[in-house]
Amino acid sequence: MNSISKYFSDLFRGISSLWAGMRVTGKYFISPGQIVTQQYPENRATLKMEPRFKGEIIMPHDENNQHACTGCGICEINCPNGSIEIITDRVPNVDGKPERVIDKHIFHLSMCTFCGLCVKTCPSDALAFGQEFEHAVFDRHKLTKVLNQPGSSLKKEAKK
Amino acid sequence: MSEEIIKDVIVRESEDYIINMGPQHPSTHGVLRFEVCLKGETVKYLIPHIGYIHRGIEKMCEADTYQQIIHLTDRMDYLSAHINNEAVCMVVEEAMQVEVPERVKYIRTILDELNRIASHQLWWCAFGMDLGALTAFFYGLRDREHILDIFEESFGSRLLHSFNTPGGLMHDVHPNFQKRTKEFITYFRKKLPEYDQLLTGNIIFQERVKGVGYMSREKAIAYGVTGPSGRGSNLACDIRKIAPYGAYDKVQFDEILMTEGDTFARYQVRMGEMLESMKIIEQLVDNIPEGDFTAKMKPIIKLPAGEYFKRVETARGELAVYVVSDGNKTPYRMKFRSPNFSNLFVMNELAAGGKIADLVAISGSLDLVIPDIDR
Amino acid sequence: MSSKIYDFSTLTGSIDAALNSWMSPGLAVLSEMVIIGLLFLTFYALLGLFLVYLERKVCAVIQNRVGPNRVGKWGLLQTIADLIKLLMKELIPIRKADHLLFLIAPFIVIIASFMAMGAVPFAKGLHVLDFNIGVFYVMAVSSLGVVGILIAGWSSNSKYSLIGAMRSGAQIVSYELSVGLSLMAIVVFSGTMSLSGIIESQADGWWIFKGHIPAFVAFIVFLIASTAEINRGPFDLAEAESELTAGFHTEYSGIKFAFFFLAEYINMFIVAALGATVFLGGWMPFHIGNWEGFNQVMDYIPSIVWFFAKTFFIIYVIMWFKWTFPRLRIDQLLTLEWKFLLPISMVNILLIAFLVMMHWHF
Repeated sequence: MNSISKYFSDLFRGISSLWAGMRVTGKYFISPGQIVTQQYPENRATLKMEPRFKGEIIMPHDENNQHACTGCGICEINCPNGSIEIITDRVPNVDGKPERVIDKHIFHLSMCTFCGLCVKTCPSDALAFGQEFEHAVFDRHKLTKVLNQPGSSLKKEAKK
Repeated sequence: MSEEIIKDVIVRESEDYIINMGPQHPSTHGVLRFEVCLKGETVKYLIPHIGYIHRGIEKMCEADTYQQIIHLTDRMDYLSAHINNEAVCMVVEEAMQVEVPERVKYIRTILDELNRIASHQLWWCAFGMDLGALTAFFYGLRDREHILDIFEESFGSRLLHSFNTPGGLMHDVHPNFQKRTKEFITYFRKKLPEYDQLLTGNIIFQERVKGVGYMSREKAIAYGVTGPSGRGSNLACDIRKIAPYGAYDKVQFDEILMTEGDTFARYQVRMGEMLESMKIIEQLVDNIPEGDFTAKMKPIIKLPAGEYFKRVETARGELAVYVVSDGNKTPYRMKFRSPNFSNLFVMNELAAGGKIADLVAISGSLDLVIPDIDR
Repeated sequence: MSSKIYDFSTLTGSIDAALNSWMSPGLAVLSEMVIIGLLFLTFYALLGLFLVYLERKVCAVIQNRVGPNRVGKWGLLQTIADLIKLLMKELIPIRKADHLLFLIAPFIVIIASFMAMGAVPFAKGLHVLDFNIGVFYVMAVSSLGVVGILIAGWSSNSKYSLIGAMRSGAQIVSYELSVGLSLMAIVVFSGTMSLSGIIESQADGWWIFKGHIPAFVAFIVFLIASTAEINRGPFDLAEAESELTAGFHTEYSGIKFAFFFLAEYINMFIVAALGATVFLGGWMPFHIGNWEGFNQVMDYIPSIVWFFAKTFFIIYVIMWFKWTFPRLRIDQLLTLEWKFLLPISMVNILLIAFLVMMHWHF
């Protein structure tokens, strides 16, 4: 007799536990307002990444097309993956003395792991993280970027 | 003693019916291969083959400075990336005898626990999916998204946030951090009962996991099983209790221990740990002291020659970091004792004699992260 | 029996008469067969595509997602796009596979479901095969599909497939019993095995209401056992993608895989249609005793709408099961059948026989 009552109590406990699960899914079925999916390409206009989002490394330029990079090479040394290459040039300054300026600050996005060491260690805060995240390209050479804009020069106040 | 506990000799026979689960198989959660010998539906023995995602992180560490090592540790157990970071940072801090500010300790502890919840959520949904409850997968990921949003706001990345640095943090947390963390806790406390209704209480689920894959306490010790998997076998192995680091000595929390040792016990430990983690966060999040987010560190860290060792509790068990330094700016040898490596090799003992479906449930309950095994 | 319900047999009868007046009787029968065959093929394909779409949408909403929404309005053309993709995919030949069996397995599965479809009464008078043993025919034909599954698992020379096929064999052979016994319950009530006869007997109320608790129990048993028979979650052990990757159709690709996929969904429709017909009155509108006004209002709704509404309700319940529960283990699956469902339905059928003998049912 005991085993029979156990049989039925097991059966009903089982059914009620199944019903508890079905209630959860059924509740979500009748409340489509709970849908959390983001309609990604459509919401491009409203989709703003967080200001700290590590999308890519950029070199901010001001309105005079000037940046703060002195070409010291600390970011290149600190990068664990060798994704930064700096090509410097020596040009005479106003006093006629040769001075180091960057020719190209090359950033290989394909090798970057976004550890943030270059941005953190840059002594003149010349680098920053950009919020761009749509990096897919058909040619991987496009992932090698030159960060300093053509014709840009060094910000004077950043030099000291 | 150990001869009885560890069955390390598997006798292969020529007429064994072998199937290869993996390296591409939905329930091995990565590139892990089980060589499974079957007898009908029953598993006769099982041999794990690893190394498909070996990247040589330990060797790579020997060429990197201590700041650079951090981002490699992210990529071991990627689901507890922050905890891995902290382990290396603590070794360096201990070796350099740097006292990190209290603020850093508090924030690190909160982030550890958030990371642990996120990891357990992902485990929960993957476990549900292993057992065939596909909806569980989406509910878990939906709630995990909230934590990842907090991470993204503060560190700029969602999964592999190299946020720790020897001596402290890369930068301070976002001003919204406390508010959003508290919001998440209120949200998740509401959603957690749903997990129980959907899966824990479900009779099919209980039948699938109860009494499956029994691991005795002795076996757990013999194989070095740690973390929630070990605590399911009544093995008190929580590093947060044994050797408190960060701010764990300032908070009250329970170490969840289950005596059953089966898959359901391991499940319950993790479900309980999510609640405990929320308790820890609640105790800390309002009391984060003001102060610096990093201690003064030299730009080039050179550890004094010697050996250093530190262990932390990741979401999967005990991660120990062992550093041998010869006084240079890079370590002479770096060794990680990763929890998953030890947890994996108990698989044969647990799964032999069960069904294929049990094998999937057991490997799900051990919560293996393959990149952490192979490193 | 109200005469308000539009009888499709007037339409089909007039077409039949017209065809007979144009050509010899033999030719007329032949052309009718061709017409019905073409109509059914079209219906089959469209229904399969729609059911796949429906399942995706239902599970998406259950899982807090949107589901397909890119191709066409609300993603309605998504499954058609998928079909085109599957049609263009390469049919990968498997080395050391049994090529003949490998080739015919999907056809066996799809033919079995196609044949079962013929006996489904869609509306009043819209019925291709009205056997006097309709229930028996559907049961017999729909279980032919397992032969295809077993052949598929055996012939593809893959260990995963073989395990999946063996599981499927054990599962379908066992659950066939419960499906049969639960349908038998209603056969006992209505006293006929013909599907149209069963529907006629529900003119004054559906069996699920008329048959007291035993009919309800039979309905629940039927739902569970038929879900198991069509290899759907939580009984999808033959596929079990987390254990056997895809079970018996692991090695199939392209349109041959699509055949299995389609047959699974059509089987779901057939099971739901059978359940709706036997337990929920098929195309019979909802009638309450002698409320004449209410019954007449219900009669205005076309019978085909009633049929599809009931069928899709059961389809939804089957989907709801699938997207809620974890999968059973093979031994638990057999335990459920032999220790719970079979005894329950046996006791149930005795009870029903007693009820009918005492004339206690309505």
